[in-house]
Amino acid sequence: MKITVTVNGVERSGDVEPRTLLVHFLRDELDLTGTNIGCDTSSCGACTIHVEGQSVKSCTMLAAQADGLELTTIEGLANGGILHPMQRCFQENHGLQCGYCTPGMVMAAVSLLDENPNPSETDVRIGLEGNLCRCTGYHNIVKSVLACAAESNGASK
Amino acid sequence: MIPAAFEYVRADSVDAALSALTEFGDEAKLLAGGHSLIPLMKLRLAAPSVLVDVGRLDDLRYISDAGDYISIGALTRHRDLETSSLLASAAPLLAHAAGHVGDPQVRHRGTIGGSLAHADPASDLPAVALAMGATIVATGPNGTREIAASEFYTGFLESALAPDELLTEIRIPKLDTQGWSFQKFNRRAQDWAIVGVATVRANGSTGVGLVNMGSTPLLASAVMDAVKSGATAADAAALANEGTEAQSDINASSEYREHLARVLVRRSLEESGLS
Repeated sequence: MKITVTVNGVERSGDVEPRTLLVHFLRDELDLTGTNIGCDTSSCGACTIHVEGQSVKSCTMLAAQADGLELTTIEGLANGGILHPMQRCFQENHGLQCGYCTPGMVMAAVSLLDENPNPSETDVRIGLEGNLCRCTGYHNIVKSVLACAAESNGASK
Repeated sequence: MIPAAFEYVRADSVDAALSALTEFGDEAKLLAGGHSLIPLMKLRLAAPSVLVDVGRLDDLRYISDAGDYISIGALTRHRDLETSSLLASAAPLLAHAAGHVGDPQVRHRGTIGGSLAHADPASDLPAVALAMGATIVATGPNGTREIAASEFYTGFLESALAPDELLTEIRIPKLDTQGWSFQKFNRRAQDWAIVGVATVRANGSTGVGLVNMGSTPLLASAVMDAVKSGATAADAAALANEGTEAQSDINASSEYREHLARVLVRRSLEESGLS
């Protein structure tokens, strides 16, 4: 079946089997390999993208379900050569070790701050419950997200 | 992991969904948010030959005050329930429990109708629907009918819905809530409950729903009867495993689940204000 999605602001079409998972469509058909596949069981969150602005695990959605919708992947966050503030805060706070969970962590964190711009540390830890870091680098991930929240709150004051 | 091949039909109305169900019979499964069904299909534990996608039926995405009850459209997402100010005041147990389903990504996609219809005894919302005395509205080729939550669950992953029916609405009675509690015991934040308990005390009675204590979501009837007869929280909670058939699995033995049920029911009764 033919589907059309808007990914990172660009309309993209493809011919998929109904059983094609969204993450496979993004990676294998659209060459957007920034989105990783981790557990494949809706647990780890490595495949997190935004669907209509909200974090979603793209291994648990059919490409067919995304037909006509707006998607953002990790490739769509930076503005040209300028990193998204969340990406920069992960970089500055060493919010990654091996980096495998990072695209999903960043996408989940951006969605978290959209919903709660001024989270406590507990809010961040609970808000990232859908993302696993097998390096257990959570401390600096939480620090990165809090830094990004503080920065954007400072900017808006 | 990739699901077995199937035919995909997107329904653009309730009528279109019903026609597809009539056409394909029990070969077809309804797809809402997909966060229960797609994982099962990836594991090939489910392999329907037709998926009827009702996920775009935005007409069925609402939370409204219908006088005696709160009316919730089947396609209302967990995130909508979690953040609804109407539910926060009229059905705080449901809003709170919805915020503990899975994780944020799951709550952005998963729906209350899908969760109730999937009839997984390990899911949170069926136990809440039981505790609150919810009514489930099913729409079929001959119109709609109402099913009490207490009569909805008929077996493991089986409900009273006929193969040609669509769950369209959930009605939550407006209760004069005196206290409520949701206890969920799990090992990792995003996991299903090893055991969960939903309690609401309102209008002079107490409803207690159990998560993962048998092949269906259950009411803790013995506990509810004991509370009605004036038992203390501790005495009532000692009856929490009566009528249950807890399974043993990698997370817990049935004996451990029975122990957890007694402990969590006591906590839940106490948190909802019973001494």
